[in-house]
Amino acid sequence: MDIIYTIWLRSIKRYIRSKSRIIGSISMPLFFLIFLGFGLNSVVQIPGMGQDYIQFLIPGVVSMSVLFTSVFSGIQIIWDKQFGFLKETLVAPVSRLEIMLGQTLGGATTAFIQGVIIMLLALIIGLQITNPVGFLIAFGFMALIGISFTAFGIAIASRMEDMHGFQLIMNFVVFPIFGLSGALFPISSLPSWIAPITLFDPLTYGVEGIRYGLTGVSQINPVVSFIVLGAFAVFMTISGAYLFRKIRF
Amino acid sequence: MNAAIHVENLTRRFQNLVAVDSISFDIEPGEIFGLLGPNGAGKTTTISMLSTMLKPTSGSATVNGMDIIHDEDGVRKSIGIVFQDQSLDEELTGWENMDFHGRLYRIPAETRRKRIDVLLALVELSDRKDDLVKTFSGGMRRRLEIARGLLHEPKVLFLDEPTLGLDPQTRNHLWQYIATLNREKGITIILTTHYMEEADRLCNRVAIIDHGKIIALDSPQNLKEGIGGDVVTLRSENARAIALTLDDPWISRLEEHDGTVTLSLKNAEEHISGIITRLAAKGIPVESVSIHKPTLEDVFLCFTGKTIREEEADHRDMVRMFQRKARR
Ligand SMILES: Nc1ncnc2c1ncn2[C@@H]1O[C@H](COP(=O)(O)OP(=O)(O)OP(=O)(O)O)[C@@H](O)[C@H]1O
Ligand SMILES: [Mg+2]
Repeated sequence: MDIIYTIWLRSIKRYIRSKSRIIGSISMPLFFLIFLGFGLNSVVQIPGMGQDYIQFLIPGVVSMSVLFTSVFSGIQIIWDKQFGFLKETLVAPVSRLEIMLGQTLGGATTAFIQGVIIMLLALIIGLQITNPVGFLIAFGFMALIGISFTAFGIAIASRMEDMHGFQLIMNFVVFPIFGLSGALFPISSLPSWIAPITLFDPLTYGVEGIRYGLTGVSQINPVVSFIVLGAFAVFMTISGAYLFRKIRF
Repeated sequence: MNAAIHVENLTRRFQNLVAVDSISFDIEPGEIFGLLGPNGAGKTTTISMLSTMLKPTSGSATVNGMDIIHDEDGVRKSIGIVFQDQSLDEELTGWENMDFHGRLYRIPAETRRKRIDVLLALVELSDRKDDLVKTFSGGMRRRLEIARGLLHEPKVLFLDEPTLGLDPQTRNHLWQYIATLNREKGITIILTTHYMEEADRLCNRVAIIDHGKIIALDSPQNLKEGIGGDVVTLRSENARAIALTLDDPWISRLEEHDGTVTLSLKNAEEHISGIITRLAAKGIPVESVSIHKPTLEDVFLCFTGKTIREEEADHRDMVRMFQRKARR
């Protein structure tokens, strides 16, 4: 446990110090929230929620910020590889599993904090709290998204030589995961041939879970969402740990 | 088996390249042992295998009596290592880098704090301990890495090119630290270098390594004496002719390469005027003559027939330092 804590602590220290990164990764979700939210609020009709697109969008943007921060945190291992710091960790008498778990929890924590910041900003913008327990539910789903996608980032980073492939991963994996997740639009309004695809996107369950917590309404049963996303988090952590064990430096 | 390090036919291949070619040696506890060789000789590869970071293709080794293949954790607990390339977290302070290391090696909090303070004082970084490492100079980083490598009180310390790219003053300073550590704490030190002077000044014994093979292993003193007297270097446009003329039995060694002839002989001062006179009589031009006591450079030349390619080495240093800077 102490080793996992050590690695976690380092991630958190680095995160708190990188002011520009914090602000940078808040700005995009915030733009989405303000421009899409206010811009489309009176235009879009959401089934079951009426004309309140911004309430619908907030959970989507929160998941977006957790998703992007966590993938990025995971992939940062490549920097450690390039700056040589990874060797210092790998030559110590600790297991690679502990290192990987510490990294995952560290990345998930920072992603979680980013999500909470967006949530607080959303409160100012107009998020209505339906019931306080809902927040805890949303927090749970945010944590699961954070763990899954930090582990995903670590898995990718373990196989990548340098940051060159990063843009490729963002464009062909992370953006589609975000786009298909129903973060910006209700899944049920998609054409019937595309809707099933969104059900293969793990983030869909995260978005739906957070949406259930914050608004009390969701299209997928939150228990189902929790089970699917939980299973995905476990699967990603195991895959990440497996690939990290074989990391080359 | 009470050697600090015991190496037997250790070999590592990369595809077709044999980076380390069946080397064997023993290092006694308390020794400063040098691996001296040019770029690409296999020094880092050897250190990587001994520190369990790389699996050997064949052969075996023990460090502090523990097998590097079957007891990785045991080896790791008992060694400290300073890698050739920097391995600090630049976003953390000097103190935090030390603390991180101490926690990884599970040193209890109280002991950890005390030792960090002592070590930072030893490498004269106490007043900078709360600054981010990215504000440190190259020499400060190196000193911090050495302090960090000592935090868990290893019995064996590996230093891979500890003074690479540092200015002569800092280098001198580091040599003093290393010698002091070895003397006062009895730590066995194995260091790699391609600086002859470093190996000569610091090491009790030196293994000269080239193309993955150990070509000589002894104390610097014995290696230099083995050459057979003083070294005379003659430059000439007709080096070939000099080589053919000087066949006297008192010349213990003669090498000719790119316009220079290198001789080893005892009491060179007494022979030199005779040599010059004979060459002049034969009409062979001599541009310059120098006499010096043998250095490890001469030893390397003697065993390989080449200089250690210092030029290339210096060039590579610059490239490396440049890359390091560019990364920041
Ligand atoms: N991961 C690797 N893959 C392929 N070849 C490698 C690898 N690591 C080292 N080599 C090769 O093995 C040889 C020995 O390399 P090594 O790094 O051990 O040399 P060195 O003596 O430390 O040199 P230097 O003074 O430049 O640090 C070189 O030819 C190098 O190109
Ligand atoms: Mg090397």
